[in-house]
Amino acid sequence: MALPTSSVITLHINGEKFTLPVDHRTTLLDALRERLDLTGTKKGCDQGQCGACTVLVDGRRTVACLQFAVAAEGREVTTIEGVADGERLHPVQQAFLDLDGYQCGYCTPGQICSAIGALQEHAAGWPSAATDDLRPESGPPPLTAEEIRERMSGNLCRCAAYASIVDAVAQAAGTRAIQPAGTQADSEEQAA
Amino acid sequence: MKEFTYQKAADVPGAVALLGADPDARFLAGGTNLVDLMKSGVERPARLVDVRELPLDRIETTADDGLRIGATVTNSDLAAHPEVRRRYPVLTQAVLAGASGQLRNMATVGGNLLQRTRCAYFTDLTKPCNKRDPGSGCPAIRGEHHNHAVLGASSHCVAVHPSDMAVALAALDGVVHYETADGPGEVPIGWLYLPVAETPHRETALPPGALITHLTLPPSPVAAHSRYRKVRERASYAFAIGSIAAALDVRDGVVHDARVAFGAVASRPWRARAAERILIGAQAVTETFGAAADAEMAAARPLAHNAYKVTLMRNLTVAVLGELAEEAGR
Ligand SMILES: Cc1cc2nc3c(=O)[nH]c(=O)nc-3n(C[C@H](O)[C@H](O)[C@H](O)COP(=O)(O)OP(=O)(O)OC[C@H]3O[C@@H](n4cnc5c(N)ncnc54)[C@H](O)[C@@H]3O)c2cc1C
Ligand code: SF4
Ligand code: FES
Ligand code: FES
Repeated sequence: MALPTSSVITLHINGEKFTLPVDHRTTLLDALRERLDLTGTKKGCDQGQCGACTVLVDGRRTVACLQFAVAAEGREVTTIEGVADGERLHPVQQAFLDLDGYQCGYCTPGQICSAIGALQEHAAGWPSAATDDLRPESGPPPLTAEEIRERMSGNLCRCAAYASIVDAVAQAAGTRAIQPAGTQADSEEQAA
Repeated sequence: MKEFTYQKAADVPGAVALLGADPDARFLAGGTNLVDLMKSGVERPARLVDVRELPLDRIETTADDGLRIGATVTNSDLAAHPEVRRRYPVLTQAVLAGASGQLRNMATVGGNLLQRTRCAYFTDLTKPCNKRDPGSGCPAIRGEHHNHAVLGASSHCVAVHPSDMAVALAALDGVVHYETADGPGEVPIGWLYLPVAETPHRETALPPGALITHLTLPPSPVAAHSRYRKVRERASYAFAIGSIAAALDVRDGVVHDARVAFGAVASRPWRARAAERILIGAQAVTETFGAAADAEMAAARPLAHNAYKVTLMRNLTVAVLGELAEEAGR
């Protein structure tokens, strides 16, 4: 029985379905950029070392260069093209704009997708290597600059715009997390 | 990259059957190591069997009050799990010390254990390497080896195992469970990685075609008071140049129980049994911790450019055991 080395797959990207034939060797990153013209996701190292290709898969941040497109079939992929709500920018996008969280902008789509994932992980109470108190009942640790730097360490920036990236992530977190618990905005967030 | 076929396994027997005895077939989990090695040409499988959707993604308490961790649990979910954080904090810390948030979301427990060395010659197809190409030689011994082994190496290979997670599992006496066409089997983490000897290309004691299904951790009161510390060449997102997983139970100033394992010093996570023998029953003081490190590192055979690891491991041991002892005294 000779099995095929290519397949027709259906990818779910930013709420749309795309059906395309792929050689199994095609990474999700190359499928996005070369086949679907979704060039917002960038290729830096192609080896999992820089984070430029970060996309959300089933809501979690991942690197698109180390997964085969065929293995992403049936999963919900969100790229930088899909994070805004129509014309309304995602709070993380807005924060990067407000605080100049970039210079050349090449790493920025990956930084933004990574920050969106990182803030969700933090809100879910996941600790990081910068977290001292691991006890689950302690809840999410304070989102200090040290926490942000550690959680964002998978995204390199060749321009070293790190200081404003940390500020932007902190601001974006503030729009959601720094509200005192139980306020109107807070409960709306949770309902959404 | 060589062309390959791709199949998704739905259940454990199906995965084992799909892989079969084919030496050109590989299980694909998170892909963070395998896809990378396929790009560089180190791995050239003709068939991939995707195991990520197998029902092996749960963490459960066992009947003896230990923990059972499925092979496809992601590194992220393992680190964040309440029982792991509470009862085996060294494991959470070790996993969080590795890779990046994105990679930990993809990487699985099974894949983490079986990730290959980061020795630069191993991934460079223009260079000889006994691990990749048996009998071709080991250029690291006379070449670039500042992050290579000081313990348990041989004249055939001096590479280190890169996993942080496995170092914590070694300290915790974890057991690896697997499935083969002939039925299930298990191997303690201390026996999973084979001695280097003359066959560095033979890395694990798993039978050919074995699918790792889960790990078990025995109940371990001492583990509640445990810690992982990793030294690397930048603050985050880099492999270890030396690391320690330690657990300490101090009562009335005396070490009642201890577990110590070292990372990035050998071809496998290095359980520091000589150190543990010195520790247990001794006063929980700096001199004891230094003596324990010295006892373990007495077997070290550093190369020209990695003798710093002997000092590094001593300092790490004294520092981390000192902190654990101080916290126990509070
Ligand atoms: C840039 C970068 C930085 C990194 N930094 C670190 C670090 O600091 N510390 C660290 O510890 N790790 C680090 N890693 C390595 C990472 O942790 C591993 O690549 C990951 O854990 C592998 O898991 P996976 O599920 O992606 O495995 P895969 O890549 O899918 O598989 C790896 C191997 O395991 C086999 N396999 C997978 N699952 C099973 C199973 N259930 N049964 C049998 N065989 C199986 C595969 O066939 C393959 O041979 C880093 C990786 C990258 C790319
Ligand atoms: S140390 Fe091992 S992996 Fe590195 S070149 Fe030598 S044989 Fe190959
Ligand atoms: S391009 Fe994927 S991590 Fe660099
Ligand atoms: S803004 Fe230029 S690489 Fe980050």
